[in-house]
Amino acid sequence: MTTQLSRRGFLKTAAAAGAVLYVGVQADGAMAASKSANALLNPFVKIDSDGNVIAIVKHFEMGQGPATGLTTLVAEELGVSMDQISYEFAPSDASVYNNLLFGPFQGTGGSTAMANSWMQYRTAGANAREMLIKAAARDWGIDAAELDIQNGQIIGAGNAAPLGEFVTAAADFAPSETPRLRDPSEWKIIGKASTRRKDSPIKINGEAKFAMDVQLDNQMVVMIKRTPQRGGTVASFDDSAAREVKGFIMAQTLPTNHGVAVYAETTWAAMQARNALNVDWDLSAAENRSSQDIRDEIMAALDADPVFNVNQADLASVRSTVDGAAKVVEKTFYFPLLAHAPMEPLNCTIEQTEEGDIVLHDGAQMPTGPHMAYQQIFGLPADKIHINTMLAGGSFGRRATPDADYQVEAGLAFVMTDRSRPVKLVWDREDDIRGGYYRPAFGHKVRVGLDEAGTIVGWEHQVAGQSIMKGTSFEGFAVRDGIDHSSVEGIADSPYTIPGQALGLTDTEKATSVLWWRSVGHTHTAYVMEVMMDLAARAAGKDPVEFRLAYLTGEGDAERKAGALKLAAEKAGWGNAAPGRVQGIAVHKSFGSYVAEVVELSGNLDDGIVIEKVTAAVDCGIAVNPDVIKAQIEGGIAYGIGHAMRDQITLDGGAVEQSNFPDYEPLRISDIKEIETHIVASAEAPTGIGEPGTPPSAPALANAIAQLDVVVAELPMAENGVSFA
Amino acid sequence: MAISININGEQRDVDAEPGTPLLWVIRDELKLAGTKFGCGVASCGACTVHLNGEPVRSCQTYIEDVEDAEITTIEKMAEDRVGAAVQQAWLELDVVQCGYCQSGQIMSAVGLLRENAKPTAEDVDEYMYGNACRCATYQRIRAGVLRAAEILEA
Ligand code: FES
Ligand code: FES
Repeated sequence: MTTQLSRRGFLKTAAAAGAVLYVGVQADGAMAASKSANALLNPFVKIDSDGNVIAIVKHFEMGQGPATGLTTLVAEELGVSMDQISYEFAPSDASVYNNLLFGPFQGTGGSTAMANSWMQYRTAGANAREMLIKAAARDWGIDAAELDIQNGQIIGAGNAAPLGEFVTAAADFAPSETPRLRDPSEWKIIGKASTRRKDSPIKINGEAKFAMDVQLDNQMVVMIKRTPQRGGTVASFDDSAAREVKGFIMAQTLPTNHGVAVYAETTWAAMQARNALNVDWDLSAAENRSSQDIRDEIMAALDADPVFNVNQADLASVRSTVDGAAKVVEKTFYFPLLAHAPMEPLNCTIEQTEEGDIVLHDGAQMPTGPHMAYQQIFGLPADKIHINTMLAGGSFGRRATPDADYQVEAGLAFVMTDRSRPVKLVWDREDDIRGGYYRPAFGHKVRVGLDEAGTIVGWEHQVAGQSIMKGTSFEGFAVRDGIDHSSVEGIADSPYTIPGQALGLTDTEKATSVLWWRSVGHTHTAYVMEVMMDLAARAAGKDPVEFRLAYLTGEGDAERKAGALKLAAEKAGWGNAAPGRVQGIAVHKSFGSYVAEVVELSGNLDDGIVIEKVTAAVDCGIAVNPDVIKAQIEGGIAYGIGHAMRDQITLDGGAVEQSNFPDYEPLRISDIKEIETHIVASAEAPTGIGEPGTPPSAPALANAIAQLDVVVAELPMAENGVSFA
Repeated sequence: MAISININGEQRDVDAEPGTPLLWVIRDELKLAGTKFGCGVASCGACTVHLNGEPVRSCQTYIEDVEDAEITTIEKMAEDRVGAAVQQAWLELDVVQCGYCQSGQIMSAVGLLRENAKPTAEDVDEYMYGNACRCATYQRIRAGVLRAAEILEA
């Protein structure tokens, strides 16, 4: 990360209008200075002569906190309080605002917002500080080393002035490749639990504008009637009943032939008109398999030799070791398709300016995706396309599809009009639940051999399911030697040192569109690893925490994972559950962070169980905003547990059976009585937090339920022998 | 069809067919975007508004049924004694994540506190059951309602 930073170089400029100091990187990496804002000068930090400081946030806000986190980094280095800084979302420009971990691509995902911005945004803030200080030092005739910025004031050697006074003069100084970053002992904001979210005030009074709230003059609303089975096409449609709906404008088959776009004056009119539309589908080439077929294919793959030998183990020898072990623990697992179901249904609005530019208003998770797609759709160069990134009402991965699915739909719907009216594409909840892009179904078969002393001697692990990355634009980056790492992450790279492990993978046939879903492959790999660890510990007659620690003996990775495990166990009072309660534990590393969770249950299998408490410990490096971290762990736990409890997407003859919240029931407030999160103190660089809370949650719950003598190896739990009170 | 409704203390004329959900009149006609669409079938609570002071799901409330009612939306909550307390508690505890469900959460929380000034955690869980939050901010919603009750008592 640091190398990429220095290669790019920092630059500064002063905008001609209104004395604005911008500090940012230049596209070609050269350190140039300019007195006017132009296309190259996309900044991270903007300061006007009134001293208003604005952090330009390159990651979209879906609730995970970058509007607060990235702003914190700038404020800390510059020397302003959180009340003295605001934020704006960056425009779409991958040459400047790319995710440093994604290459030349602007986007949010993989819990990377803080990890890739940590040095970049601090450096930007520090450069702004140094340039302002140099300007003040020159004016006051003193050494810049005597000055600092504190609370928005340039102070030192008996002088003081608000930073806004030197914004214009600061542009005379060159930014540095390596400005002085504040020492952790100087930090006033980073690590402080009292820092509040920057986006809270507008989210409690209706002021916050999500993409769904865009209302452009004269806009049309378009909804798509989509093929009920993936791959189906429109044979013909009849809109005579739709024409009776007041506000109906027109209906047109999409150029892809996968649906009919229904245009109307208002959302409600579009909904009604779409309902009234009759479409004849050609389903001859459509997917027509059912969930049972997918499950059968996965189970058959688990019984055969794997196609990929992921860790190049000697499978025959591992098998014979397990066969000959004193004890063998064996389990087959199955995980169903899952929908993301962000609270704000998918939508975006597209318009054309008088100059012929295209503007997209979108809760854009990966702006570069639609930006490139629109160059093709509209035949325009990149600089004629603009993306206004709005707040997103959740995503969990859904707003980032490699093919920019809903933005492309909107683009195609717009292209079919005369472009005189903006077009707002709206999905309803049924579209969302049925609209493809699911966490793929996966199966695992694991056999663990233990010796007389209860030590693992062999671990044969087979994984089968549909690859997320293959066949997408991410294939080149995520697939190596045929192996989609996201199918086996969390096993292949586990910090556990497991003797005699063989890991095999078989891809199954494409059954539906699949997509990363909060924590990607870890959603199923953590479950299997941690349930198996518990089963092995039980077979060995050992305490699950002690048993795991025996395989976490190295330094670094193993040590940090062990640290989280021990802290969670200690804080949860591991082994001392209240009378009538049982506990289960799980620990997992994902996205660079280590999270351990203890679930404590009451109740029983007959009357239903109650999740009384989840205690979590997280090591995500330096805790930039501890309260945001806690919130993400709370949400991540609940997201994992809620789906494990009762959710699945099933197909019947290729068609999705669920349609809305009544049959894809969200976790409710009463489902988890309490969550308590503890943060491991760390001086390491910050790592992910949006996703890592999710992986250990469902296995910790399963391990607690196992104390009641049911090992749940197929999800959802409610369909597999567990009732919840 | 022209209908006159009373919303946030103002009488407004709207053009809507009978059977139109109040939600879409509020959002598309009156451009009060704080009230959200989440499911359309009364199963998430994102669209919650007050009808004569009581929370209802506006996606399942029809325009012809509200002519004589006082409708209040999230945009008016800061002026409400209970609403302001809930908002203060929400800020203190940073309840929100994505925020999309939170207008509905706050409207329901105000309804609960008007009915029950000193709710227990169980009361909160029971009353707020129908307000889904996909970010799962539930822990803080629960704490937020209890904190708002404290603020109101002080
Ligand atoms: S939109 Fe009305 S309850 Fe979900
Ligand atoms: S805060 Fe995101 S859905 Fe509730």
